[in-house]
Amino acid sequence: MFSRVARRKFYNTVFVGFCVLATVVAIGALTLILWSLLHKGLAGVDANLFLADTKSSCQGDSSCAPGGLRNAFIGSAMMLAIAMFIALAVGILAGTWLSEFGGETPYGHAIRFLNDVLLSAPSILIGVAVWELLVVPFHGYSAMAGAVALAFLAAPVVTRTTEDILAMQSSALREAGSALGTPQWIVVRKIVWKAAGGGLLTGGLLAFARISGETAPLLFTSLGNNLFSLDPFAPIASLPKVIYDNALSPYDDLVQIAWAGALVIAVVVLAINILGRILAREPKRS
Amino acid sequence: MFKKLAVALAATLCAGVAVAAVAETLTGAGATFPQPVYQKWAEAYKATGTGINYQGIGSGGGIKQIEAGTVDFGASDKPLHGSDLTANGLYQFPTVIGGIVPAVNIPGVGNEQLKLTGPVLAEIYLGNIKVWNDSRIARLNPGLRLPAIPITTVHRSDGSGTNFLFTSYLSGLSPQFAHTVGASDSVQWPGGLGGKGNPGVAAFVQKTVGSIGYVEYIYARANHIPATLVASRQGTYPKPTAANFAAAAAGANWAGSDHNFVLLLNQPGANSWPITGATFILVHKNQTNAATCRAVLKFFDWAYKNGDGAAAQLDYVPLPLALKNQVRHQWTTEVHAGGRPCFP
Amino acid sequence: MTIETTQTPEPARMSRRIPMGAAFNPIFRWVCASAATLLLASLGWVMVSLFIGGLPAFRKFGFSFITNVTWNPVTEVYGGAGPIVGTLITAALSLAFALPVAIGIAVFLVEFCPRRIARPIAVVVELLAGIPSIVYGMWGLFVFAPFFAKYVQLPLMLSIPPDSWLGKFTQGVPNGANIFTASVILAIMILPYMAAVFRELFLTVPPHLRESSFALGATPLETITKVVMPFVSRGSIGVIMLGLGRALGETMAVTFVIGNTHAFPKSLFDSGSTIASTIANEFAEATGAMHTSALLALGFVLFVITFTVLAIARGLLSSQRYQ
Repeated sequence: MFSRVARRKFYNTVFVGFCVLATVVAIGALTLILWSLLHKGLAGVDANLFLADTKSSCQGDSSCAPGGLRNAFIGSAMMLAIAMFIALAVGILAGTWLSEFGGETPYGHAIRFLNDVLLSAPSILIGVAVWELLVVPFHGYSAMAGAVALAFLAAPVVTRTTEDILAMQSSALREAGSALGTPQWIVVRKIVWKAAGGGLLTGGLLAFARISGETAPLLFTSLGNNLFSLDPFAPIASLPKVIYDNALSPYDDLVQIAWAGALVIAVVVLAINILGRILAREPKRS
Repeated sequence: MFKKLAVALAATLCAGVAVAAVAETLTGAGATFPQPVYQKWAEAYKATGTGINYQGIGSGGGIKQIEAGTVDFGASDKPLHGSDLTANGLYQFPTVIGGIVPAVNIPGVGNEQLKLTGPVLAEIYLGNIKVWNDSRIARLNPGLRLPAIPITTVHRSDGSGTNFLFTSYLSGLSPQFAHTVGASDSVQWPGGLGGKGNPGVAAFVQKTVGSIGYVEYIYARANHIPATLVASRQGTYPKPTAANFAAAAAGANWAGSDHNFVLLLNQPGANSWPITGATFILVHKNQTNAATCRAVLKFFDWAYKNGDGAAAQLDYVPLPLALKNQVRHQWTTEVHAGGRPCFP
Repeated sequence: MTIETTQTPEPARMSRRIPMGAAFNPIFRWVCASAATLLLASLGWVMVSLFIGGLPAFRKFGFSFITNVTWNPVTEVYGGAGPIVGTLITAALSLAFALPVAIGIAVFLVEFCPRRIARPIAVVVELLAGIPSIVYGMWGLFVFAPFFAKYVQLPLMLSIPPDSWLGKFTQGVPNGANIFTASVILAIMILPYMAAVFRELFLTVPPHLRESSFALGATPLETITKVVMPFVSRGSIGVIMLGLGRALGETMAVTFVIGNTHAFPKSLFDSGSTIASTIANEFAEATGAMHTSALLALGFVLFVITFTVLAIARGLLSSQRYQ
């Protein structure tokens, strides 16, 4: 028979062991996937990948110049920038409203509920809804429609994380601000948002990560484009769609480009993640 | 951070509007099967000053998009019936040909060794033939040692032109298959595994001992999966090659067809590969923009004239010349813009 | 113990004291409220357009749409029972795999891990959220499924008699294309989200709470279960919804490894399908009006499932909180 203390110690050791094991297992699985990416993608990463536009396979044609992903990078960057701009603006304000103002009203409950339900929407259905809203009435696909579809996917994530993080901020913070006579809207902006900065950023980065690899909502909205385009009101290429097409193609050179593209998305998400954290830390130092 | 983002965004937008709309660009969407060759043609055609943007979103997608008027031309692996075309004011024509190949993973059976017939294939996919050493298979393969392992059938899970052709072929030869499964781009399979796309089917066949699947010819070749031979209408066993796909197309009766609704399945001729199909382009019969209408047909006219080499390099089969000329003639009578023909 | 954190000061009383800046209070409030309304409107649009799109299928098949296992595009008879059950099983399994691991990672990063290592690990975990789902799908199809078939499924099949109760879980063609593999892939996909937000939540727990607990002699385990978890309980429902949402709605990756059969799965190692994978498989090619409608109706059913799960989660949580 163990004593009470020994039993508590034992359970705790098991718990700590589990936590370490969980981390090791997760990191292990994730490293395996990253390794596949590096192993299969790295060979395809060269200057040409960033300088040439998407092309068809070079199979059976030795004189053919291999394609790259330039138009897809530009297209994805453009749509992601617009989508994140919309999603952050709407998501943070809506999340703030839910946390600070109307979250406990019936209307607030309705919004929170619908937001949570929409988190699980299969992305292809979001694409179909935006197709009906923006593509059919304007008789054409556009980068804008693609960006809106991505924003539809990102905004619920931002709203959800914003509300959670703001609600977690201690009420002492708010009360301290208000006690100094600061109006509530300044309390929210200068104190609550600032204190929650890291959390808000995590929300934004998760939303970004969530939409940066999405193919399905773009099929019916931005369509894709083999040609280089910067027109927000015309079809535009996107990295996930090109990766999808190429990964399923029978030609080795295109499959290679697909893996290289997937590797680049992962690296960009990593870079933006690190950059975002550096940017978020800056104000605290000054 | 938001300010920086906003500035970057505004800059992107301004740059975008400034560069936009330099050259004429046509947009097409639909079947994924011909996407590589359409893209190859588009790249070569860019020199003429017209950009073609073709995107594979699925045959059904291509049909829906041309009906909704969101693209300049649609593409489908599955031809539409005359009544459907008339109802939506559409016209269709074929571009290239491909073949579907049953592929197997049976220990001791190599490429192009196993012989099957359409009815036996149907029995396998219906689940009526459960093991590889079944007498109905053994009778067709007297010299081959078939193991007593169970059969796992693999099919396409995503609705596709490949599914449509394969199920149409089996339905045509097996009344039971036609009755219980039927012919469509998505069907309810009695059993087996569904793989996503051709690579999904190929991967399951490669990894499941005793399995059989059907893939587009290019994928069987690229993945080195043993293909089977399938009996032609004459009872011969032609090999799955480009020449034999072309043989199936040559024998078909296009002239007497209903709005080019032609399936190249089980065609007469000792060399005709029995599971062959053409892929199609869809355009509106009466268009408002004469320039776009003309540009689309001009592109495919160019492709008929100059695109055969590129198609062959990517393992597609070009159309016979007589068929091309027949389609060209249809363009002059079938497709109009503002009441006048768009071609030539 | 639970701490109330969402008390906001009375705006009316404050505005009397500082009239200048306070004038903007209603404007700010209005801006936030309209953002929330915009969100509601756009998300409402998605649901309404889905419902209208699915209406013909609901009308034609009625209740049998969710009880019938026949999904036959040729005869145009649609019943979504197979994908619905598949969705529930995969979502529950993947959550069961991912939730403890995500909490484990977050606890490890916040409580035990040296700061210098915690940062990079957190970044690596978040990075995985950005890998396109097709990469997970291909990885699952070409790497994980064959591995699973060879080293897990086959030995299990050979050692467990198929008629035993355990055999009911393990029968199936040993090629790795089954509900279990799909759940594992899903778990790996939702793990980064859940771990990242859990970590963020744990970091919001005031240090003095944790320290008081330790000062009373509580072990880390007791501190986590009795102090930290109750403090973040409201947020953790959000995390679970985030993970569940992704698991329910994921299309590409699942499609590659689940085997895509529209029947009731007979065991954990049998192939099946989910609502999202069915939509992803068939929507792009569906041309018949009833086929499209049935797929949209299936999408609407997915929302109803989420709705129910969410309502239950809320109910459980609120009863726990007010005890």
